[in-house]
Amino acid sequence: MNLGQQIAQYLLSGLSTGAIYSLIGVGFAIIHNATGIINFAQGELVMLGGMFTLFFLTALNLPLLVAIILAIGATTLVGVVFERLAIRPMKNASPISLVIITIGGSILIRGIAMIVWGKDTHAIPTFSGNEPIHLGEATILPQHLWIFAVTIVVMICSKLYFNYTISGKAMRACAYNRRAAGLVGIDVRRMVLFSFAISSAMGSLAGIIIAPLTMTSYDVGIMLGLKGFCAAIIGGMSSGLGTILGGILLGILESLGAGLFSSGYKDAIAFIILLLILFVRPQGLFRKGETERV
Amino acid sequence: MNVLSLVKLQSVRFICFSLLILALPTFIAEGYLLNVFVFVGIHTMLAVALNLLLGYAGQISLGQAAFFGLGAYASGILTATHEWNPWLAMVVVAAAVGTLAFAIGFPILKLKGHYLAMATLGFGIIVYILFNEAVELTGGPSGFPGIPNLAVGSVTFDSDLKNYYLIWGIALVTILLSVNLVNSRIGRGLRAIHDSEVAARVMGVNVRLLKVQVFALSAVISSVAGSLYAHTMTFVSPTSFGFNFSVELVTMVIIGGLGSIYGSFLGATLLTLLPELLRAFQDYDIVVYGLLLIFMTMFMPGGLVRGIPDLFQRFRSREGRGAADA
Repeated sequence: MNLGQQIAQYLLSGLSTGAIYSLIGVGFAIIHNATGIINFAQGELVMLGGMFTLFFLTALNLPLLVAIILAIGATTLVGVVFERLAIRPMKNASPISLVIITIGGSILIRGIAMIVWGKDTHAIPTFSGNEPIHLGEATILPQHLWIFAVTIVVMICSKLYFNYTISGKAMRACAYNRRAAGLVGIDVRRMVLFSFAISSAMGSLAGIIIAPLTMTSYDVGIMLGLKGFCAAIIGGMSSGLGTILGGILLGILESLGAGLFSSGYKDAIAFIILLLILFVRPQGLFRKGETERV
Repeated sequence: MNVLSLVKLQSVRFICFSLLILALPTFIAEGYLLNVFVFVGIHTMLAVALNLLLGYAGQISLGQAAFFGLGAYASGILTATHEWNPWLAMVVVAAAVGTLAFAIGFPILKLKGHYLAMATLGFGIIVYILFNEAVELTGGPSGFPGIPNLAVGSVTFDSDLKNYYLIWGIALVTILLSVNLVNSRIGRGLRAIHDSEVAARVMGVNVRLLKVQVFALSAVISSVAGSLYAHTMTFVSPTSFGFNFSVELVTMVIIGGLGSIYGSFLGATLLTLLPELLRAFQDYDIVVYGLLLIFMTMFMPGGLVRGIPDLFQRFRSREGRGAADA
C-alpha cells in the first residue's frame, strides 16, 4: 500500500470513529446546555448501549433490531433514573459536587456492569456482514456505512426536534436562560429530565453502532466518554454542527496520528488536542462570540 | 477564640495525633496489616496534598495520580538505572515535578469547574499513557523493577516496621506543614479564593499566582509520596497511577472532609482499609466506591469530619424537640 492509499484509509476510519465521538459529544452538550452539568457518566451510557444489545442478543435470543431498540430503551431508563435519584436532589450544588456525583455514577454503573457481565470483552455481530467495500484506493466495512448513516439520521432528527417541536424549543429556552424559561411556564425540571433521556439514548446508540467494530466490555466507556467530551469541547459545547465537526476532526487526527506515528500514543493525541484547545480557545474552535446553544 | 488558644489547640491536636500514629505499631503485629498502614501513610500525604487544592482553594484536580506517578517513576529510574543517591533523587525529582506543575498550572488553573476537571484529567491520562508507552525508559505495562530501598547510614528501610516509621515520619511533617499553612495568611487567601475569586482579588489576594502555587505545592508533596512509594515497593507499574487512582484520591478527600487536614487522614484510612475489608467481595469494592462518592456528596457534603458531629447534632436536636412537644 502506498502512502496515498494509507492516508485515504486512515481518513475513512478516522471519519467513522469521529462520527461516534460526535454522537457522544452531542450527548454531553445537550445535558450541559440544559443543566450546566458535564455528565461524566456519559461514557458509561455508551458502554451500556453495547452491553445491553449483547445481552438481549445472546441471553434472550432476540433479533438484532429488537435488541437494539430494547437496549436504547434500557439505557435511557438508566439515564433517567440517575437524573432523578442523583442529580435532581442536588438543587444548588457547586460544580465540584456535581462533577463528583456524576463520577460516582460512572463508577457505580461500570461496577455493576462488571459484576453482571464480567470483565471479558465481547463482540457484537456486524449489522450487515464483513465484506469490505472498495472505495477508490481504500476499503470500508459495511459497519462504517451504518455508522455514517445512523449519525447523519440522528443529527437530522435532533435538528428537527430542537427547531420544530414545542419541547425542543422549550429545551433551547432552558439552555439560553433557565430562569427566564421557568418564568414563561416551561417546566425546567422536566426539560432536564428530557435532556438526560435524549443524551442517554444518543450515547447508547453510539455504543451500539461501534461495538461490532471495536468489541465491548465493561470499561470501554471511560475512553469513549472522554473522547466524546473532547469533541464537545472542540465544538464549543454546541449540539449541532460544531460538535460534529469537532468529533470528526478528532477522529481523523487520531487515526492519522496512530497510523503515521505510533498507535500506542493514539489516545494521548486526543488529550493533547483537548488541552491545547482548553488553553487557547476554551469556547471551542467553531464558536464565534455569542452564538445560540443547543 | 483568640489566636494564641487556637495555636495551642492546633499543637495539642497535632501532638496527640502524632503519638497515636507512632504508638500504632505496638498494637498491630508486623506483617500484612502493618504494610496496609504504610499505604495509609502514603495515601494520607496524597490526600492532604489534594485537599490543599480541592478543599481549601476549591480547585478540582482529576490528574493528581500523574504527579504521584512522575515522582515514583523518576525516582525509580534515577536510582535504579542511573544509580543516583535515593534522597538526592527524591529532592531533585520533587523540585522538577513542582516546576512542571508550576508551568502547566498557569494555563490549567485559568479554567474553572468542569473544564478544570477535564483539563487535569487530560493531563493525568497523557502522563499515564507515557508510563505505558515509553517502554525503554519505564518498562512499559510490565512495570519497572529493582528500585533500591532508602537508607540512612547503615539502616536500610527494608521491613514493614522501618517503612512505617519512615513514611509516617514524613507524612507527619507534611501534616504539620499543611496545618500551619492553612492557618496562615496563605490559608485564608486560599479559602477566600474558594468562596469568591473576585472578592479575594478585591481584598488583595493574588488569586492567579496563589492558585498556581498551591497546585505546585500539592504536586511536590505528591511527588515525594511517589518517591517513597517507589522505594518501599521497589517496583512500580502504570496501573497504580491511572485515572482510577486520581478519582480514588478525590474520593478520599471528599469522604474525609473538604478543607480538613485530619479529615484527609480519615478518608485515606477508610479508602485504604475498605478494599482489604471488602476483599471477601472481590470486585464489588468498585460499586461501593461509586455509592460512597454519591451518598457522601449528597448527604454528608462536609465529609466524615463534619458529617458525624452534624448527624449527632441533628439527632440530638430532634430528640430535644420531641421532648419539648411532649
